[in-house]
Amino acid sequence: MPVAAPITDLEQLKAHPAIACLRKSNPPVIQEVKFDREEMSIYVAHSSIREACALLRDDPACPFNYLSDVTCVDWYPSEPRFEVIYHLLSIPQKERVRLKVRLNGNAPALESITSVWPSANFFEREVFDLFGIRFTGHPYLRRIQMPENWEGHPLRKDYPVEGYR
Amino acid sequence: MAHLTTVPTLDPGQDRTLILNMGPQHPSTHGVLRVILEIDGETVVRIMPDIGYLHTGIEKTCEAKFYQQVVPLTDRIDYLCPLTNNLCYCLAVEKLLGLEIPPKAQWIRVLLNELTRINSHLVWLGTHALDIGAMTVFLYCFREREDILRLFEAVSGQRMMTSYFRIGGLALEPPLDFFDRVRPFVDRFPSRIDEYENLLTANPIWMMRTKGVARITAQDAIALGASGPTLRGSGVDFDLRRDMPYSSYDKFKFNVPVAQEGDVFARYQCRVQELRESNKIVQQALDGMPSGPIKADAPKVVLPDREKMKTQMEALIYHFKIITEGFSVPAGEVYQAVESPRGEMGYYVVSDGTAKPYRVHMRSACLANLQLLPAMCEGRLIADVVAAIGSIDIVLGEIDR
Repeated sequence: MPVAAPITDLEQLKAHPAIACLRKSNPPVIQEVKFDREEMSIYVAHSSIREACALLRDDPACPFNYLSDVTCVDWYPSEPRFEVIYHLLSIPQKERVRLKVRLNGNAPALESITSVWPSANFFEREVFDLFGIRFTGHPYLRRIQMPENWEGHPLRKDYPVEGYR
Repeated sequence: MAHLTTVPTLDPGQDRTLILNMGPQHPSTHGVLRVILEIDGETVVRIMPDIGYLHTGIEKTCEAKFYQQVVPLTDRIDYLCPLTNNLCYCLAVEKLLGLEIPPKAQWIRVLLNELTRINSHLVWLGTHALDIGAMTVFLYCFREREDILRLFEAVSGQRMMTSYFRIGGLALEPPLDFFDRVRPFVDRFPSRIDEYENLLTANPIWMMRTKGVARITAQDAIALGASGPTLRGSGVDFDLRRDMPYSSYDKFKFNVPVAQEGDVFARYQCRVQELRESNKIVQQALDGMPSGPIKADAPKVVLPDREKMKTQMEALIYHFKIITEGFSVPAGEVYQAVESPRGEMGYYVVSDGTAKPYRVHMRSACLANLQLLPAMCEGRLIADVVAAIGSIDIVLGEIDR
């Protein structure tokens, strides 16, 4: 089953509208890029995620105006432990891009993007609830799926599938 | 857009207003949605959806299953369109594996997906009309839904939890008379849609309850993450089936209904027109059904035919290995989105190279659409809340997962 090797060279991928847009920013926000299985992933410095989202949303050439999804992957026990993942969609240009932010396992926190897209509200609450990542500047960071008094964050890899007994 | 970002806390300090709890057990909340309302007389001042009553941890469960064992779990997410979920998950894993799916399997997938869309829209139309007080439509809708469920039973053995798609194709060849059973339904269905429309579209009570109610602009709908008919009802012409086609949707001709007003009636019109378009797609799938295999040629992933297992040693070995050890998927990540009846249903699957998915995340269209509720309802009457909840067509199984 042939799956082409991912492309990680920024120079080869600079024609992609999202990369072209983010390269113009100052200071540079792109840490790494990966083009795998026809999908573009861009690693963004964790301090500049809100700025990167705002830049992509307002890009005149290819506005990534729609936030599809925010989620997270826990790579426990390796560090940096968490990857927060944003899927953006450009409705006019029919183009997708994935932004990724790496976070350390110790008190993970990240700037909220609810000021860029109000739709991030529920998505970020879910990531907070199930992974324990704090989003600073979120208007209402409370548990959304689990009960208020629940202990632990169930989608972390060190949380047993059957729960604590 | 200030109202979209304000803190949604409820402050009972003001003596004019009253906090009212609606749900989680309430027939018009379509499951177990709880809505906290702050009301001033009959007017809604603030509204806050509270979810999580149906949270079953499906994403966590997926991480402990083999790839092929996740398919039945996907049925349980959105129980009104299980086949759409099956399709989305299978497409995601097939993309990770780099599998080619034979045309016949793709066309049957499209056919069943459109039948599922009709099924889901019929449940929506029936219950939505029931909420607003038109009781007859419900009975009519469920009459046709029953026909579709019988078709699902014929093809998969199950009426609702179909699990019919497999990674690499379909579970079984459909029964010999299956297409002949679908055809009379397709021929009859447009006249049935006329029946529903006769009852509702020009009905003055229906229009008064839906026109101009729960209005949302295109700009707000995009900012709040709306998708599907909820987005198209606000005038945004975007449908994943046409604009980012998957599973050979590009070979079908259909229109994408769009309405400009952004109110409950506009969303109603979009969905009713979608019923007609879906019926057209089913018709095209029947007319142009290709022949050939229904499973990809990938012995390490797709279970062998029963007959081969009795005569070929390798087939028996592969069968044993897939069942006991699963199959490993090359490391990587994939986000696959499909147009579910409710909007953009997305599966984000991460593989670490083993036989179990490292992470499966479902992007729920309803979860995002539910965020529109405050923008739709604040400043309007309580009775309109019921119409608004019905018009965004939520399924709590998908929201809570």
